[in-house]
Amino acid sequence: MNSQTKKPLLEVQDLKVEIKTKVGSFVPVNGHSFSVHEGETIGIVGESGSGKSMTASALMRLLPKHVAKITEGSVRLDGKELLTLSEKQMRKVRGAEISMILQDPQTSLNPAFTVGSQIKEALRLHAPGPRRSLRSRAIDALKAVKVAAPEQRIDAYPGELSGGMRQRVVGAIAISCRPKVIIADEPTTSLDVTVQAQYLRLLRELQEETGMAILFITHDFGIVASLCHRVLVMYAGRIVESGPVGKIFANPAHPYTEALIATVPSLSGNQGRLRTIPGQPPSPAEKIVGCPFAPRCDYADARCRSEAPPTVLANGDSEHTTSCWRAVNQ
Amino acid sequence: MLRHLLLRSGSSLFALLIISMIVFSLSQLSGNPVDALLPDDATQEQIDTFIRDWGLDQPLWKQYMTFLGNAMLGDFGTSLKWPGESAMGFVLDRMPATLKLGGLAILISVVIALPLGIAAAYTKGSITDNAAQLFALLGQSMPNFWLGIVLIWVFSVWLGWLPTSGTGSFAHLILPAIAIAWFQISALTRLTRSAMLEVLDAEYVKLARVKGVPEWLVICKHAFRNAAVVPLTYFGILAASILTGSVVIESVYSYPGMGWVAIEAIRGRDFPVIQAVILAYAVIYMLSNLLVDLLYVVVNPRMHHG
Ligand SMILES: Nc1ncnc2c1ncn2[C@@H]1O[C@H](COP(=O)(O)OP(=O)(O)OP(=O)(O)O)[C@@H](O)[C@H]1O
Ligand code: SF4
Ligand SMILES: [Mg+2]
Repeated sequence: MNSQTKKPLLEVQDLKVEIKTKVGSFVPVNGHSFSVHEGETIGIVGESGSGKSMTASALMRLLPKHVAKITEGSVRLDGKELLTLSEKQMRKVRGAEISMILQDPQTSLNPAFTVGSQIKEALRLHAPGPRRSLRSRAIDALKAVKVAAPEQRIDAYPGELSGGMRQRVVGAIAISCRPKVIIADEPTTSLDVTVQAQYLRLLRELQEETGMAILFITHDFGIVASLCHRVLVMYAGRIVESGPVGKIFANPAHPYTEALIATVPSLSGNQGRLRTIPGQPPSPAEKIVGCPFAPRCDYADARCRSEAPPTVLANGDSEHTTSCWRAVNQ
Repeated sequence: MLRHLLLRSGSSLFALLIISMIVFSLSQLSGNPVDALLPDDATQEQIDTFIRDWGLDQPLWKQYMTFLGNAMLGDFGTSLKWPGESAMGFVLDRMPATLKLGGLAILISVVIALPLGIAAAYTKGSITDNAAQLFALLGQSMPNFWLGIVLIWVFSVWLGWLPTSGTGSFAHLILPAIAIAWFQISALTRLTRSAMLEVLDAEYVKLARVKGVPEWLVICKHAFRNAAVVPLTYFGILAASILTGSVVIESVYSYPGMGWVAIEAIRGRDFPVIQAVILAYAVIYMLSNLLVDLLYVVVNPRMHHG
């Protein structure tokens, strides 16, 4: 994977999202910068509440209204700045150039409409055509995600399909307009292991065919290992480590990444009971001084608790960054 | 699906049967039907013929069977208060007027309540939401006869825009329809609002946005289609309370529909008409519930296969 030679499809710079609630405000996405190239899969990993879905929603500009807003940064899709588009212009981008597979396949299809009408709706909006061709293109999309007997399934309601099948239909909707970038937000957590593996294989095949970039959100480092080229590790709204998957597994630079890898039995050689990281991530309301991971970190010292670590190269490697004082000290 | 509808029709018929028994016992409960049904100065001969004609010398269950047989043919005897009129014929005569009024009331409540409920849910916590809630509260805290009188006072007496009472033109329908509808608007607005709030955060609503669907379609198509089941379920109750509302409001506006007939018949102890009007109301109620069941299937495709 020589991502360096390909052009970046998605370039995110200093992205910041602020959430304002009655109890106070906090920053669930705090200064993200990263890029995704054509044909590349990037994993976003982190514990629950670390801001993975917020990042995805921000990229789609679909943050919860009145609650969250983007306060800073830039998101470029194929060179086009998304954050300054009007809502109407953004609607033309959504589903057409950047698409998303939502977290829960069981509920992300509308129970009141047939599979076909939900796929055709996207096609009609972005690539209109005569009725018959819409139907055949919808069937093509179902074929692409390997739905058996698509001519019959297209007239089925979501309630008549199995969980794995529904997930495929959600995938079909996402790819139907041939987007350049797909964000998949934990698309397989509710599926059983074999279905999950099939789905991941399918995603990879689709990517090989279309060259789309995938942003894969998960809290399972095992999936990252098998699917992603690069990985962003998120903790409490920040990207604390990023780099090629191989390097990060071989040489995690951030103690949090190290701990996450240790929770995966097959990767750490720690068979048996699933390990979890002791302690809790900071609550959104907490005012953080110093490194946010310090209360749970085995290596934390006085500086960690008083001063936030800068983002630096890990091991002097230009592809691998982290924000940890230990990397600075090296 | 078909089984479901058959089952519902069956239970409706059973309910009608029970109602017929109640209606039948009504004339028994109120003392000797001879006293109730014949004028005070009836001769002994008249009384005897009456007893024979009506089978009052027969055992009670036999009387009921006769009553039921006649009722199924729509024969409740002749009216006492309006001589020469068959009781059911008289009621049926007035039915279109009531259906027109009830239909308009339903139309008004749906046309106002659904958009209001949707807007309130969409703008939850905003001024629009609060105004909609206040409007709803207002309707639910006013008894409809009082609202009827207030409306007459404002729009007929004070502004002189609309007639105070009677029938004959569309203008005559407006005030009574509003008086009946407002309470329903309140209930329906709140129901729609809460049903919409439940679906607005659903993943499939988000998926619609992800696809690039325009916001108004996201709300009216993807969200409302799933929320619609709740107000629809209420529709049966809506039909019922609009029927009962018509009894009161038709009297307030001297609007000669079934409701007005019911009140007049009760006043005049006109038992044949009372029986006819109660059963007519019951049948309308059952039919509207059956209609709701049908609509329910249309709105809720999952039931095609249930
Ligand atoms: N609608 C909202 N209003 C207020 N706070 C929210 C809202 N949605 C999310 N948050 C908060 O934002 C933070 C980030 O949430 P996010 O959903 O991005 O986490 P996540 O990493 O996707 O977690 P998970 O793995 O559980 O999906 C959390 O603290 C969460 O409580
Ligand atoms: S900066 Fe300090 S506390 Fe934070 S992760 Fe690194 S060593 Fe641990
Ligand atoms: Mg999430």
